[in-house]
Amino acid sequence: MNVKTVVKHLNKVTIRFSGDSGDGMQLSGKLFSDASALFGNNISTFPDFPSEIRAPQGTIAGVSGFQVHFGNTEINTPGDYADVLVSMNPAALKSNLKWLKKGGTIIIDIDSFEDKNLLKAGYTSNPLEDGSLESYEIIAAPITTQTQELLKDSGLDFKSILKTKNMFALGLTFFMFNRPLESTEHFFEKKFKDKPTIIEANKKVLRGGYYYAENVNAIEPHIIDPAKIEKGFYRTVNGNVATAWGLLAAAENAKLQLFLGSYPITPASEILQELSKQKSLGAHVIQCEDEIAGICTAIGASFAGNLAATSTSGPGLSLKSEAIGLAVMMELPIVIVDVQRSGPSTGLPTKTEQGDLLQTLYGRNGESPCIVMAVTTSAGCFDAAYMAAKLSLEHMTPVILLTDGYIANGSQPWKIQKTSELPAITTRRVIGKLGNNTAFLRNEDSLARNWVIPGQKELMFRIGGLEKDSNTGAASHDPENHQRMCKLREEKVQRVANFIPDLEVIGEQSGDVLVVGWGSTYGHLLSVVEKLCAGGGKIGLAQFTYIKPLPKNTADVFSRFKRIVVCELNLGQFASYLRTSLQQFKYEQFNKIQGLPFTEEELKKHFMNILEAK
Amino acid sequence: MTEVQTQNDYSFSAKDLKSGSEVKWCAGCGDHAILNSLQQALPQLGHKHEDIVVVSGIGCSSRFPYYINTYGMHTIHGRAAAIATGVKLANPHLHVWQITGDGDALAIGGNHFIHAIRRNIDINVILFNNEIYGLTKGQYSPTTTKGKITKTSPYGTIEMPFNPGELVIGARGRFFARTVDNNLPLTTELFVEAGKFKGTSIVEVLQNCVIFNNGTHAMITDKEEKDDRQIILKHGQPMIFGKNKDKGLILKGLQLEVVTIGENGITEKDILVHDAKMANPILHLMLISMKLPDFPVAMGVIRSVEDTTLNEEMDEQIADVKAKSPIKTVDDLFFHGDVWEVK
Repeated sequence: MNVKTVVKHLNKVTIRFSGDSGDGMQLSGKLFSDASALFGNNISTFPDFPSEIRAPQGTIAGVSGFQVHFGNTEINTPGDYADVLVSMNPAALKSNLKWLKKGGTIIIDIDSFEDKNLLKAGYTSNPLEDGSLESYEIIAAPITTQTQELLKDSGLDFKSILKTKNMFALGLTFFMFNRPLESTEHFFEKKFKDKPTIIEANKKVLRGGYYYAENVNAIEPHIIDPAKIEKGFYRTVNGNVATAWGLLAAAENAKLQLFLGSYPITPASEILQELSKQKSLGAHVIQCEDEIAGICTAIGASFAGNLAATSTSGPGLSLKSEAIGLAVMMELPIVIVDVQRSGPSTGLPTKTEQGDLLQTLYGRNGESPCIVMAVTTSAGCFDAAYMAAKLSLEHMTPVILLTDGYIANGSQPWKIQKTSELPAITTRRVIGKLGNNTAFLRNEDSLARNWVIPGQKELMFRIGGLEKDSNTGAASHDPENHQRMCKLREEKVQRVANFIPDLEVIGEQSGDVLVVGWGSTYGHLLSVVEKLCAGGGKIGLAQFTYIKPLPKNTADVFSRFKRIVVCELNLGQFASYLRTSLQQFKYEQFNKIQGLPFTEEELKKHFMNILEAK
Repeated sequence: MTEVQTQNDYSFSAKDLKSGSEVKWCAGCGDHAILNSLQQALPQLGHKHEDIVVVSGIGCSSRFPYYINTYGMHTIHGRAAAIATGVKLANPHLHVWQITGDGDALAIGGNHFIHAIRRNIDINVILFNNEIYGLTKGQYSPTTTKGKITKTSPYGTIEMPFNPGELVIGARGRFFARTVDNNLPLTTELFVEAGKFKGTSIVEVLQNCVIFNNGTHAMITDKEEKDDRQIILKHGQPMIFGKNKDKGLILKGLQLEVVTIGENGITEKDILVHDAKMANPILHLMLISMKLPDFPVAMGVIRSVEDTTLNEEMDEQIADVKAKSPIKTVDDLFFHGDVWEVK
């Protein structure tokens, strides 16, 4: 076995853990990320798992992966390609090799490279022997037999022993990158609180892997210093948890009870699970009979005075369409979180995509405008969910918040913001009748109606899905009134532009190319634009969080660049929206729809071509 | 939570419940009487007028909230049960009435209907059953009698209808009552009973649609024959009916049977006594399923079994977790668990 410096640069490293669905690779990845974050590195993670819970063992279909990018510089993405690939079986190696950099390091469990498993993975010859892996550094560790040896006296049965082998692999990587073991050991103590045998077994195997790496001299340890990070308190969050917490914080600051009506759906279920946990904060959560009931209970709760939300993914958003229209018509505050996944229909349910944008903008009967926002990073889900709730409550309109599988499952360190430091929320809640104050009186600036909560004798009112008179609020079939009301609801949403931040440009403020993105493509686009700027390219990035309405300075920003390239993980939905919203500009597109994020490499290549072609 | 208040503090009358909106149901529609009954019933419950919320879906009956002066929501087809559930969970001191029809509750809204009942959320559901789609002008509904000719069944329906009460029992319902639109005192009384009941209460009102299904319940409501064709059940009272109050129900093996008092040695003592509070639903189901011509149709409170409600359970669980958890504020949550400081 070669003993070499396997990782070329030490500012940042990407590791990809891969194995069978049952091998615990998600946990290994999570523990590595947590230990790195605690150590003071910046991190970004990307879980990549199949939609089957346990596909046949040892097959390509059953391979689950988790990629973590960590370092002491800014980390905006989970990394295109890994420096180190951990593969627990031949199928994992076969399906993940394409994500490894040329010359990268492969750590395998040599025990699993038997003919039977090679065959299951579709290998016709053993890749360790046929020369196909010559350009990589290979660390072949007997992970299974070492784990069995370590635990032979533990009293655990065969199956339980095998379950801990992911910790041996983790131990190897901990030695390789000099991670402290304490936080992971602490995790075992908490997770298996009442099972001391399991705690000891996991600790022993983790250390076993660590010492193995040290003893066999197969791996040279590396030091990656902590990053220079803004002072403050931090914790690791993924996008779904951050979304749930943003809603909790908004409810507390608005002095409202939080209500969530929802239905389990990949990849959004964790929002429902997280808020179900936070009962001590008074969150009222109901797991409904279907997606429609999810939003309908929320509409009822909003009418009754709660900060109401529902969480879903694309197919669920389709089911909620009619009810969103009702909330638009009733002008009730409600936050609809859509954690996008690949579609149409069931599509690739565990993979990411930006395919729901036009559905959020246009996917309802009639003229049915609402605020649409998109989150750019996992940790950014907190601020975005908070703002979605604030805008909904202050403007009396539904808000659709778009996240996606990539940021929902990905995790990042989040600088904790105290609730007192967040922007204040002033609801339209009316208590007591003042003059001609009714549920239908509007704020002159925002056009938002009053929010009257049942329980007030003077203010009883009826409202529904029928068109209402612009003055009295009574049901009205008057033709001119309907046109007036349709325009008013649109204008109300457009005026939100007066209350949101301007669009910012990163990189060059004017020049040859403006890269336009929205939502979760931010990290990849940012990394590439920064690199091209550093190389002298006249290129800037405008990443949209606010989609409807668009920020007020959008046209001004667009006019400062010669070419506008809209990059999206779909076939061009935002580009299509921009073409109708700001018709004076010409939009080029760069699209990908493979259930995967962009890679920096493909983006860089594309923009280099454009910059050189000018 | 429960404050004891004298009724006077909250007193309001049926007149206070009339909204300014013109009632646009067809002349002779059963809905008018049902509106009237609810306006009679609500002041008797001792609830604050401003704490009443009426929620409806879509259909003729669902125009109801516009016609009654309370807080009101006229929503979308089939979803009123889910919306009413949200109102009650969010704000449990409100008294929530759901207005729905046989199409709204049992076809497009069937899922929400059974799950509201299963969860026993404390709402009151008035189910207007006219066995037809009225607002869309005469298509058959899930309760239309098999063989009936309608706009969408020009050769007669080939589907078996639901009996709503059977569905309520199947969904583990705790309260079910039945009445007819032209019996105003009974309807009012049942609305009061439903309003008092803690949990999901379903009141089926056999309602006549004069335009598209006129006379669908005529066999039951016929003025001359109704006493022989309806049995009005009262908890603790023998199951006696008939013009001469001489007919009754007995249990023979696993079947109900109609008998005449004074014939074949039957005395009043042999007649079943109605127990609406019996947890076991088997006899209630048999009563719900009785059909003409062999049996009278059961009216009154057929089942009323107290149980914990979803809204109470939720608030109790939250109070319980709040008492035990160290996380009292959102800031506590942020700092709970693995947090590190960068200095």
